[in-house]
Amino acid sequence: MTRLIPIFAKWSAIWYGRSMSDQASVEAPYDYGVFSFASKSEVLDKAKAYWNPGKTQFWIDSGVPLVIDRREEYFIYDMSGKRLIDTHLNGGTYNLGHRNPEVVQAITTAMQHFDIGNHHFPALARTALAEAMISSAPTGLTKVIYGSGGGEAIDIAIKTARHATQKRKVVSITKAYHGHTGLAVGTGDERFSKLFLSDNPEDFPNVTFNDLEAMESALQNRDVAAVIMETIPATFGFPLPAPGYLPKVKELCERYDALYIADEVQTGLMRTGELWAITKEGIAPDIMVSGKGISGGLYPIACVLVAEHAAGWLTEDGFGHISTFGGAELGCVAAIKSLEICSRPETRSMVHYLSDFIGQGLRRIQADYPDWFTGIRQNGLVIGLEFNDPQGAKFVMRHLYENGVWAIFSTLDPRVLQYKPGLLLKPEIAEELLDRTEVSIGRAWAEVKSLRGPR
Amino acid sequence: MSQTLVEMPMEPAGVPRGRAMVERATWASRAFATYDIDSVRRIAHAAAIAGENHAREFAELAVQETGYGVVEHKVLKNVACSVGIWNTYESHDYVTPTIVEGDKIVEVPRAAGVIFALTPSTNPVATVYCKIMLALLTRNAIIISPHPFAKGVCARAAYVMRDAAVAAGAPDGVIQVVEQPSIPLINALMTDERVDVIVATGGSPMVRSAYRSGNPAIGVGPGNVPVLVEKSADLPAAAQSIVASKSFDNSILCTSESVLIVESAIASGFTVALAKAGAFLLSPEQVDVVRDLIFPMGHFDTAWVGKSALEIAAACDIKVPKGTLILVAPIDLVVPEEPLAQEKLCPLLAMVTVSSAARGIEAARAVLRNSGRGHSAAIHSQDARVTMDYASALPVLRVVVNVGNSLGSAGIQTALAPTMTIGTGFFGKSSVGENLQPKHLINRTLIAYNSNKSILMPDFTDLNPWSAPQGSVPAYPIASNLEGAPFIPQPSAPIEFAGTDDLREEIRRLVIEELRQIIKG
Repeated sequence: MTRLIPIFAKWSAIWYGRSMSDQASVEAPYDYGVFSFASKSEVLDKAKAYWNPGKTQFWIDSGVPLVIDRREEYFIYDMSGKRLIDTHLNGGTYNLGHRNPEVVQAITTAMQHFDIGNHHFPALARTALAEAMISSAPTGLTKVIYGSGGGEAIDIAIKTARHATQKRKVVSITKAYHGHTGLAVGTGDERFSKLFLSDNPEDFPNVTFNDLEAMESALQNRDVAAVIMETIPATFGFPLPAPGYLPKVKELCERYDALYIADEVQTGLMRTGELWAITKEGIAPDIMVSGKGISGGLYPIACVLVAEHAAGWLTEDGFGHISTFGGAELGCVAAIKSLEICSRPETRSMVHYLSDFIGQGLRRIQADYPDWFTGIRQNGLVIGLEFNDPQGAKFVMRHLYENGVWAIFSTLDPRVLQYKPGLLLKPEIAEELLDRTEVSIGRAWAEVKSLRGPR
Repeated sequence: MSQTLVEMPMEPAGVPRGRAMVERATWASRAFATYDIDSVRRIAHAAAIAGENHAREFAELAVQETGYGVVEHKVLKNVACSVGIWNTYESHDYVTPTIVEGDKIVEVPRAAGVIFALTPSTNPVATVYCKIMLALLTRNAIIISPHPFAKGVCARAAYVMRDAAVAAGAPDGVIQVVEQPSIPLINALMTDERVDVIVATGGSPMVRSAYRSGNPAIGVGPGNVPVLVEKSADLPAAAQSIVASKSFDNSILCTSESVLIVESAIASGFTVALAKAGAFLLSPEQVDVVRDLIFPMGHFDTAWVGKSALEIAAACDIKVPKGTLILVAPIDLVVPEEPLAQEKLCPLLAMVTVSSAARGIEAARAVLRNSGRGHSAAIHSQDARVTMDYASALPVLRVVVNVGNSLGSAGIQTALAPTMTIGTGFFGKSSVGENLQPKHLINRTLIAYNSNKSILMPDFTDLNPWSAPQGSVPAYPIASNLEGAPFIPQPSAPIEFAGTDDLREEIRRLVIEELRQIIKG
């Protein structure tokens, strides 16, 4: 009898003219409406064939053969059905969870009226978001320029600084990361620029993080347009700015006529327990960049906030930077809602509770593995876990994956695991996350010890 | 796929923010549930004092906002529900484990968690105070949803207690208020599975929906209080206390007397005593006029809730002495078609005369058939037998004797638990039959040993799982490389979403300055 069912399903599909997708579901278990796959291995094979063989193979080799299927709240599900708690969140893109229902609702409603919009004209949603951004921004920022992603926004910030100062050089820290677009990639580590012959140390000098003397000597010729700083450098593994370092850098910028660009793409939007981490440092930046989380994880958008004294080109030549998708009105709607959720007193309170809870839990785990789990870098929910091995975080990442948690190593310092729980993570899931983390750190340590062999 | 989006339920406005409040309360309750008794007492005491300090201000505001009640009487209730409740439970302990030696049992009090509290417009501030005090004494977080008629003053009252509690060490988010209550929002919060218990004080439909929510609920229904004056009563004293009670806060307490039942043998003497105490006895014609005013077409007109006897008399063109506190309306029979035998919430008291105490008990039962099952009744009598017959025959859970029912059943002039929430028990389809008190908002984990005498229970004395909070809860998230540096707590005011003003800039400037100091230090 059971064997008859698929036959009957096929016949009925033919007889009753059922939709293609219904028919496909008989043959392809992974049916997504406009496309379908028969299996996970088909996806991996085709990803290598048509998309990115290097990246696809890397994750297979790393023991993380993840193809994200279903996603909701802070959970992502592999095609196999395996559930993972997401603490990578694409650098804060999913701060508010995957497919946050409030943001989904806002965009869905907006789609009855809006599309991307026309980038040449003043626009409804763009204006509304700009006002909301400025009203919740650090002191002194008065104008908003839009990009379609963080990299473009960084390019806009650099172009703006260059226009305002009529200087070319931009100082960033060694191992910095600000994106992959034309100018942004120049500020970063050569890991991403040399490959494309885009390194340009002349215009983009690097200085060591937390080294004020190096910073001063880079600035003292007064030929620098701007210093660009992530408030906590993410891809470098969240090394924390030494007490007073950032305010002093800002002071040096003022002394040597350079602008201060705060890259708040990962640290902004309540992640450190204040809406913008830079305000915790007491700094009013000349330019501030927001991306990732501002999209609600649903519609790409990034914002550059500029102080009036740096915003001259917007008056002089408003067509100076043009972006068809930058400030897409649907993205603006996603951003208005995301910003509103992040700004709620309830969200701030929950972030403080969660930071406290996760911090205490991690310190408890650390006490059990003092020789392995050697450091916790934490500012609110920006958390880096240091391990006593040059590739330590990669081991922990794999064991976390096996134990149902997705967290990624820091590309520019693989000793450090990026650990970013969601802003709205429920207490019971936070407990579960710590349980899984504890087990995974222990197992990674056992593996590292066995590889090192008896001493 | 696209179908999922279309079918996605749209949450009504305000609901997402409400859900965020529940989540914040969940965090607060988790922290609060581990506090020790000393911390709890310090917090509850601070909230009580703050409530008392504002008792008059909020009494005035409540009368202004709702348009009913008497300021002086509301002051009294506000004090009773702040320091009054504190004084009652000051020495009680709903926190520390206790040992039942002989039974080899240890009882560990456990907080309920998140309380969702609905409060009425009639006793707005007192009920808010009362529920907050009970929540604090039991280490629960509470979200208050005030009646829309009184939402302004209720929010202010709750925030006064919140600020005092948090300053005394309570966790952030322990007291929250739904500032813009709406039916969809209240429904969403009542059915939210993170709510641990609903405490609903108000109208029957609201209380019933609390029970239907699927969450544990303590709901209390309306009263309709019979008061029997029997031949052994001290008539002048009975008259005094009935008039005082019926006129208290213009009769808007659910414990206010509704139908006076007088034994005929003493009826004429008693009506004289009533008049002396400030009651005005209406003539049959006047009763008809008043009935038509208060119950047009037989239905209660809520416009008269909490209005004074003089206002009602004036509206009916009835001349009454200046000092009149209540109107007494003689009726023939307590029957369903007599509207005056219903709950009235204004200083209008129905009166029937009966041939005997036994008939009086039957009349009181008839009053309670109309409404008010499980609630309260009063009797004025020196006779224990009659009092026992009355109490055991009526479907009510408190019978107060020789005292006004308003403050008697509310525990303010008796030894009953002081409360604004009268449990109506099984008679009134409620899960609680007593006056709401701290013990209703906790459970106890029982550690029970093998009863076999040869198996001994070790010494649990001085084993206390609870402790005082270390600093503010939660700790402010300072960077881990700044730990140990002298820290000045930041103002908890969040960055406002839109609009700039000077104050915000000033706060921001102060924050920045404080941080500079820390960094320098």
